[in-house]
Amino acid sequence: MPPGRIGARFEKLAREGRRGFIPYVTTGFPSLGDTREMVAGLAELGADVIELGIPFSDPMADGPTIQRSSQEALDNGTTVDDMFEVLRDLRRASDVPVVIFSYLNPVYSRGVDAFIREAVEAGADGILPTDLPLGADSELESRILESPLDLVRLVAPTTTPKRIREIALSSQGFVYYVARTGVTGAREELRSALAQEVSAVRSVSPLPVAVGFGVSTPGHARAVGAAADAAVVGSALVNRLAEGGVAAALALAGDLRRALDEAGR
Amino acid sequence: MTTPAGRAGRYGPYGGRYVPETLIPALDELTDAYAEARADPSFLAEFDALSADYVGRPTPLYRARRFETAAGVGPVYLKREDLNHTGAHKINNTVGQALLARRMGKPRIIAETGAGQHGVATATACALFDMECVVYMGMEDVERQSLNVYRMELLGAEVRPVKSGTRTLKDATNEALRDWVTNVRDTHYIIGSVVGPHPFPMIVRDFQAVIGREARRQILEVEGRLPRSVVACVGGGSNAMGMFHAFVEDGDVALIGVEASGHGLGSGHSSAPLSEGRPGVLHGSLSYLLQDADGQVAPAHSIAAGLDYPGVGPEHSHLLDSGRATYVSVGDAAAQRAFRELPGLEGIIPALETAHALAWVAEAGRRGEIAPPVAICLSGRGDKDVVHVSRLAGVDAGKGSAP
Repeated sequence: MPPGRIGARFEKLAREGRRGFIPYVTTGFPSLGDTREMVAGLAELGADVIELGIPFSDPMADGPTIQRSSQEALDNGTTVDDMFEVLRDLRRASDVPVVIFSYLNPVYSRGVDAFIREAVEAGADGILPTDLPLGADSELESRILESPLDLVRLVAPTTTPKRIREIALSSQGFVYYVARTGVTGAREELRSALAQEVSAVRSVSPLPVAVGFGVSTPGHARAVGAAADAAVVGSALVNRLAEGGVAAALALAGDLRRALDEAGR
Repeated sequence: MTTPAGRAGRYGPYGGRYVPETLIPALDELTDAYAEARADPSFLAEFDALSADYVGRPTPLYRARRFETAAGVGPVYLKREDLNHTGAHKINNTVGQALLARRMGKPRIIAETGAGQHGVATATACALFDMECVVYMGMEDVERQSLNVYRMELLGAEVRPVKSGTRTLKDATNEALRDWVTNVRDTHYIIGSVVGPHPFPMIVRDFQAVIGREARRQILEVEGRLPRSVVACVGGGSNAMGMFHAFVEDGDVALIGVEASGHGLGSGHSSAPLSEGRPGVLHGSLSYLLQDADGQVAPAHSIAAGLDYPGVGPEHSHLLDSGRATYVSVGDAAAQRAFRELPGLEGIIPALETAHALAWVAEAGRRGEIAPPVAICLSGRGDKDVVHVSRLAGVDAGKGSAP
């Protein structure tokens, strides 16, 4: 199969010797209008993949920041249809790869095949279901794996070496390495063992490896960039969006983009 | 010990392990440790000894003759789980899982609780085994069940109020799962019902199955036959699974689960996913779930905090689809009436959760729609609910006089 938009983007990054920047946005937080401005701005400043989050009522893998943003988005009435609408709007202006970040139930509730069809039509390139680990539901996993959407899988610090290999071989687009045991959220420091762990994943993965969970500052981005192919930044951007609005969040995103470019040199 | 048929951890299509990757190794470790423990006579002997000497098993099967007269059906037997140490069936599971945690070398225990019964039972087991204990409890439940909060603290547990989402059991469970994801290496999560990712629904059912095993033997002794109806209330469904399990193969025994319909089915204020939900994924397993058209989990409501949960154990979903069990529902008002009636008839104050099962039997009995003999799981005692119900009735039991 020819590489999709995600694969093509990582090939381009590799040719240029650059590191990828993957920002996360909660759809509908603090408003749908802000989400539209955020994704357009992120595409413009050179995000390599955008993770577009579907807010969920029970985000058990997320820390306080994403919990609050999800709750507020739902209180605003945000729906899965809204997420598709944001995506369609973005596609009129940009071909930046987009991965839908979701808990399984909103996808399951719609019907997995119907969800995939709508997502592809709206212009999504991949999906990252937080609570669908390898082997949890092989039938459902196959339906995503065989669809045009990339199924992006996560590896955690607790994952055994044998399982890391299995996950890396069955992931699509890239492998997402969770930088620490725990929930999402901005942190002061990254763990010192991170570089070594990431290198263990890269050594068995045919796909690029992105690192997320706790990546908050340009300093973190440089450190992650030294070890991994890309950095995912979620809570720090959501925090900045909550505090200073779209302009402030995009300013942080610009700093992170530059920090990753420095790391790639 | 039986394991779920077919795919690992599945009950028909339900169950599974829909969790963040971080937890997968811990669930594998737990599955292996549990399989080893069940095959180890010393583990089983210690569990049985504690069940007898500490929990107080076997609990009696009591024939409730005055309740029979009022309900117009008999014989009716009550399986007295309220007589367990800590006053409910919950301790059967917490003692078992705490033993398992000790065996796995995990010194720290976490739990979620709604009404506080599972929290108290967990804190009790942790005191017994000298383990660190953190209990997550929704802020709303902390306020309505303050007695149980103090009880847990007396037992040495730390109670952490949860202020996110609906501030009830569902959100306490989310928070416990977040703690477990973070501290999984040294922490065991004692989940309180037959919910969550595999192997929890199986483990909790197995530790609770003693209820039905005893009841089956006891009723055979006194009646010389099996009951024709076995009834239990269903929130997450642990007392019901524990009661049903020994009877599942007895095709002539009707298994009846009673959900909480709160203000009524269709009102948007109920806790009856088997009656009006549809399959979905919450807290790591696929099961019937109260949810909106977009797959967002809907808030549940019941006067009984222990039933106030939008999901249900996956094995119940399978028993519903296969037709082996029937699920009915009873609302807040009928449950309160049953709560007030049983003390005067039998000298037993039932938990509000249990009152749902009693209310259904009384109504079905009067309509001639239930076949005797009947065995009801009296899952817990109602002391914890006295203040709450008295306030709803306009009598403040906390102050001792009517307004």
